[in-house]
Amino acid sequence: MKRNALKTAFPYTLPVLMGYLFLGIAFGVLLHSKGFNAAWAFMMSLLIYAGSMQFVAINLLVSPFQLAAAFFITLMVNARHLFYGLSMLDRFKALGKLKPYMMFSLTDETFSLLSSVKAPDHVNPKWFMFFIALLNQGYWIAGSLIGNIAGSLISFNSTGIDFAMTALFIVIFVEQWEQAKNHVPAMLGIVITALCLILFGADRFILFAMAGILVSLSLLRGKLHAKESE
Amino acid sequence: MVLSTTEAALTILVIAAATLLTRVLPFLVFPAHKKTPDFVAYLGKVLPFAIIGMLIVYCFKSVSPSAWPYGIPELLASLFVIAVHKWKHNLLLSIGGGTILYMIMVQYLF
Repeated sequence: MKRNALKTAFPYTLPVLMGYLFLGIAFGVLLHSKGFNAAWAFMMSLLIYAGSMQFVAINLLVSPFQLAAAFFITLMVNARHLFYGLSMLDRFKALGKLKPYMMFSLTDETFSLLSSVKAPDHVNPKWFMFFIALLNQGYWIAGSLIGNIAGSLISFNSTGIDFAMTALFIVIFVEQWEQAKNHVPAMLGIVITALCLILFGADRFILFAMAGILVSLSLLRGKLHAKESE
Repeated sequence: MVLSTTEAALTILVIAAATLLTRVLPFLVFPAHKKTPDFVAYLGKVLPFAIIGMLIVYCFKSVSPSAWPYGIPELLASLFVIAVHKWKHNLLLSIGGGTILYMIMVQYLF
């Protein structure tokens, strides 16, 4: 049962494999350049396991010691994860002993993958979702180790490698767009966030964008709900 | 290193704890044994689409449209990813190709 779920889950995770290897390598290379070896890369990718936050964490590790600041910056950068949890409340309900790990490992990429795929009929959906999450973290850890070790062996110009994350989100967006009956939520996400970025600047826009998205989706509930059930 | 080993380790643990908090909080507020309110269930359906849109914009937050290179590499690489993905639906080609194209542009052309 587990074997079957793992086999079935693997092909679905290929886009994340690509993205996480690229991104993890980028993270590992950068971390190494700041004087942290593979053990640090491994522990960070195992315990924190949040792509963009780990890039921010590198900055924190080369700044003066301030635990409170690290805590609040993390809350800000990762506040979007609150949305993921809200979206997964029902799907995670019956996960039993797998639920703690599923909550811990709900990254941007795992969330978008889980929200866009369904387990085929012959597969246990619990283990299918679990293996998607587990494989993804495996790729991330592997990527960050490869990058850190490669950084100590060879020097190469990795400028721009972080575009892998952008490309991954664009691909997911295209796939969701092709599946969705209604494009209003997707458009709202882009337009509201872009407006907030212009209005509030790169350091502060994300919380405003989240609030704007929540409010507008709430106001449109009647309309979107009706369309969904048509 | 600015931080001692202990300080760096503590910083990482605090970041890990705060990250976990943002992931677990919704499940603590809306526990599994209670029925999820209709409104929250509705949000769960429409939010994923909006969030991916938000994340794409988030990736472009450091792009400055008013200074050279005006976000041109980001725009071109993004159009490449969209076009190639719509055409082939091949993830390696879309993500790998787009990233390499972007790296070439920012390293050699811009």
